[in-house]
Amino acid sequence: MANDLLQLSGLSKSFGGLKAVQNVSLAVPEGSLTALIGPNGAGKTTLFALMSGFVRPDAGTVRFAGQDITAQAPHLNARLGMTRTFQIVQPFAAQTVRENIAVGAHLREPNRRAALALASDVAARVGLSPQLDKPAADLTVAGRKRLELARALATQPRLLLLDEVLAGLNPQEIAEMIPVVRGIADGGVTVLMIEHVMQAVMNLAEHVWVLAQGQLIAEGSPGVVTSDERVIEAYLGHGTAARLRAAAAKEAA
Amino acid sequence: MKQLWTIGVFAAIVAAVTGVSDSGVLLNFVTMALYAALLAQAWNILGGFGGQFSFGHALFFGTGAYIQAIAQMQGGINPWVALPMAVAGSALVGLFVGGLSFRYGLKGSYFALVTLAFAEVFRILALSVPFTGAGVGLMLPLKESLGNMQFGSRKGYVFLILALVTLALLVSWWLKNSRFGAWLQAVRDNEDAARAIGVNPFNVKMGAIALSGGFMGAAGAFYVQVFQYIDPGIAYGSVTSVEALVAAIVGGIGTVWGPVLGALVLHILADITRNLFGQLPGINMVIYGVVLVLIVMFLPRGIAGIGQSVVAVWKRSGGRHGQ
Repeated sequence: MANDLLQLSGLSKSFGGLKAVQNVSLAVPEGSLTALIGPNGAGKTTLFALMSGFVRPDAGTVRFAGQDITAQAPHLNARLGMTRTFQIVQPFAAQTVRENIAVGAHLREPNRRAALALASDVAARVGLSPQLDKPAADLTVAGRKRLELARALATQPRLLLLDEVLAGLNPQEIAEMIPVVRGIADGGVTVLMIEHVMQAVMNLAEHVWVLAQGQLIAEGSPGVVTSDERVIEAYLGHGTAARLRAAAAKEAA
Repeated sequence: MKQLWTIGVFAAIVAAVTGVSDSGVLLNFVTMALYAALLAQAWNILGGFGGQFSFGHALFFGTGAYIQAIAQMQGGINPWVALPMAVAGSALVGLFVGGLSFRYGLKGSYFALVTLAFAEVFRILALSVPFTGAGVGLMLPLKESLGNMQFGSRKGYVFLILALVTLALLVSWWLKNSRFGAWLQAVRDNEDAARAIGVNPFNVKMGAIALSGGFMGAAGAFYVQVFQYIDPGIAYGSVTSVEALVAAIVGGIGTVWGPVLGALVLHILADITRNLFGQLPGINMVIYGVVLVLIVMFLPRGIAGIGQSVVAVWKRSGGRHGQ
């Protein structure tokens, strides 16, 4: 399709005997807000690493905006407009929040003062303005997640890959973060997120891919995917879907 | 901007004191303290701002020193022309070592060991090839004149080293206030995070090692002009490497003023102990070792770190009063 920003085809990666990602193909339409879900160890983060160039795939191709970027270095992908965040937040601890975000801004803005100014704008978008001059090391987990997001956003990406920006947050913090992600997507950035927090996925994503044991097992709207039997079994174990169905039938009777 | 202003004041004060002073002891102290500061500043560019701890910075120092000496003695080149050659040559050696180590992603203690090994290799090479004068070393002929970068009084050397230290201060300030500096510090703090937002760590580290090596080479060239002698042990021995990194760590790595401060403190300490213990050879290294241990244990951010904490506390309490 012409308007697919990111296309994966037949992507595979093994670590020794472990097939982390097997023959995954998917296409992310430009301007969409989509999600990748799956149980722990399904290979979601590995798939992100393959897309963004941190890990070289054994097979398959990655295309971004029509260009083949398979195994291209991450900084070049960021320059093209694809930026990822990390599940385990990685702040530049010795620097202030403003300086952290400015590093991202510098990708497109060589001037220091302009980059710092841009950093305050981005901080405002993710609700970090009050912490601008704090050292990044002093932020709470929620603050660090926002910083991770802000720094990526400051690179002015076309596609943002968000790796569990909601993990480790309390319900209130999640509720505050959801509109932030929504705002980014509404601002014209294509967003693909890995997420465990189903509340967020149901709320935000237009389309969901489900990864289990390295393979895509289902895709569709959040509603469709969550009632898919294979998805339920991947999360809750073999035979669960049948038991749930039986229980539901009993209740109805 | 404020820091730029302080750099100007610092240079003006040292220049003024040098201009009016007739004390040989004082001028000697200023020369050697500034020289130590330059070593530390050079190390700080790569180690402090870039987080790549080198244990063999003598590699660049010795290269600069030998280029300065050989260009004059065998090439008949004016020392003022030789100085930029020494800087460029040391920077090139930096690019060579950096190219090899950073290409293969060497970090931390591995990088430190590689730099140490390279310094040793160069020391052994300098001992065995003819054009370095081998173990005998090179003695620069004495020809005092401004055009020959050999000054009749100590003052000339102070002005020369002051100019180099001021330039290094300006470069450090630039690292704090530029895109390249921001990238360098980002790579130091978290390389993967930096890559994800578009920073090419290899290029950034290469830039830092070239700059760092260049300043170290300038220090080597200065050494040759002052002492008019160089041999493989002085050029590539570990003493210079240790001096550079201890002064930077004691003063506060990754700061503009830390290396200068650290060099000053260490030199005062070394002078005091020399007066107390007489010329016990190597006593200053013992002192450096003790100071380094104390600093790393109690002041991991160095002496400059105390100042920063005080300022931060003062600002915080001031902010609270203001509310």
